[in-house]
Amino acid sequence: MSRRVRTWVFLAAAAVLGVAFAAACTGLPDFGGERHPYGDRAAAAALRQQIANAVASVTFDQRGFDTLGEELMLFGAVLGTIVLLRRAPDERRVRPPRVRVLPSTRAYGTVLLPVVLLTAAYLVAHGHLTPGGGFQAGVIAASGVHLAYLAADYRVLERIRPTAALDVTHAAGAAAYAALGFAGFAAAAGTYLRNAAPHGTLRELASGGLVPAFNTAVFAAVGAGVVVLLAHFLDQALEIESAEERSG
Amino acid sequence: MIMDVLPYLTAGWIFLVGLYGVVTSSDLIHTVGSLAVTQSSTYVLLLAIGYREGGTAPVYGDTSARTPVVDPVVQAMALTDVVVGATVTALLLALVLQAAKRHGTTDPDQLTGLRG
Amino acid sequence: MTAQDADLLNYLLAVSLIFTAVLATVAAVTRDPVRQAVVLAVLGGSLAMLFTLLQAPDVALSQLAVGTAVTPLLLLLTARAVKRRRQR
Repeated sequence: MSRRVRTWVFLAAAAVLGVAFAAACTGLPDFGGERHPYGDRAAAAALRQQIANAVASVTFDQRGFDTLGEELMLFGAVLGTIVLLRRAPDERRVRPPRVRVLPSTRAYGTVLLPVVLLTAAYLVAHGHLTPGGGFQAGVIAASGVHLAYLAADYRVLERIRPTAALDVTHAAGAAAYAALGFAGFAAAAGTYLRNAAPHGTLRELASGGLVPAFNTAVFAAVGAGVVVLLAHFLDQALEIESAEERSG
Repeated sequence: MIMDVLPYLTAGWIFLVGLYGVVTSSDLIHTVGSLAVTQSSTYVLLLAIGYREGGTAPVYGDTSARTPVVDPVVQAMALTDVVVGATVTALLLALVLQAAKRHGTTDPDQLTGLRG
Repeated sequence: MTAQDADLLNYLLAVSLIFTAVLATVAAVTRDPVRQAVVLAVLGGSLAMLFTLLQAPDVALSQLAVGTAVTPLLLLLTARAVKRRRQR
């Protein structure tokens, strides 16, 4: 199919879909309405379980099995990327040249990096109380580590980013989440991924049962996973050359 | 009132322009970028459905338990998918990079035939 | 919340929604991957803003880090890696 035909076929289909979707929207409950049967029940359950952040309660307590699925997708996607981007036999590494950076830029990066990592740690530790949690803190920490690349240079980033250890951390985080699920059998009439630990008092740091533990496991999996992903793409963009490039 | 449906229509529009980008793409990297646009429409739709006028965020940090809150269920769905979606984007880009290495092009119309 | 506040919030939501839709359109029709990555970064920020207005701070945090940093960076690095292989 030529590009022109393909575009016209798409536009015709999009017009039909667009009209049907717009018509369906008028049948939906009005935006901002009062009726949220699922939301009301989930929020009530979060309060019953003493988890102040209802979103964390849904993610890890009420729908923990769903999150296990997400966690496995994440693991599979990272694993697939690592396998696809490994160095082929006809490729070799070249060291990118060292670049000079302004001292002020370097100082900015040095100051900002601990701040970012501290923010991420706070988001994990308070994930059951305030907005935040393992998923958010993981991506924030992973993108924060790459400040070192922007502010200093690639060699500094490589030093603060032990890829082999992070590979293990990523897998261990995913495994820990799955393993924590078995703690659910500890309670009477226990089930897999049941939040079996004592729930404590609402708004206290030690509350929410296993939610902080789940958050930590997810943080390890997401944070290490995203750093490893970016490491492989940086390798491809900066370091790995094919044999032909070397001769040419 | 238009505000009753505007958020839903916006989600639909973002979905369709993202698909338009995918269909008319002549560079697989651009295809993946457009797919990311399409994906973001699902977050807009989910969060729009969960919104409650006058409701606060579903976090009882310093609000009373009787405060009306917006729907936390759709937020939990969107939140995990944002992160997992990024890793899936990475997987797709790794496939694009492999295709570029084996075939020397990222134009989908020039990727014809199988090559080992 | 007074009626005036509610009107203001609705107005902000409408502006944010239209801004996001326009940015999504620009992102989809930007053909050059490097430029598209930049537009996607702005779109990511705009989505994070919209999610905050929709009272979803948890999602906004994820979206801010993923949409403005991780996804555009992945696209830029892929574009660079592909370009490097072409210039031989």
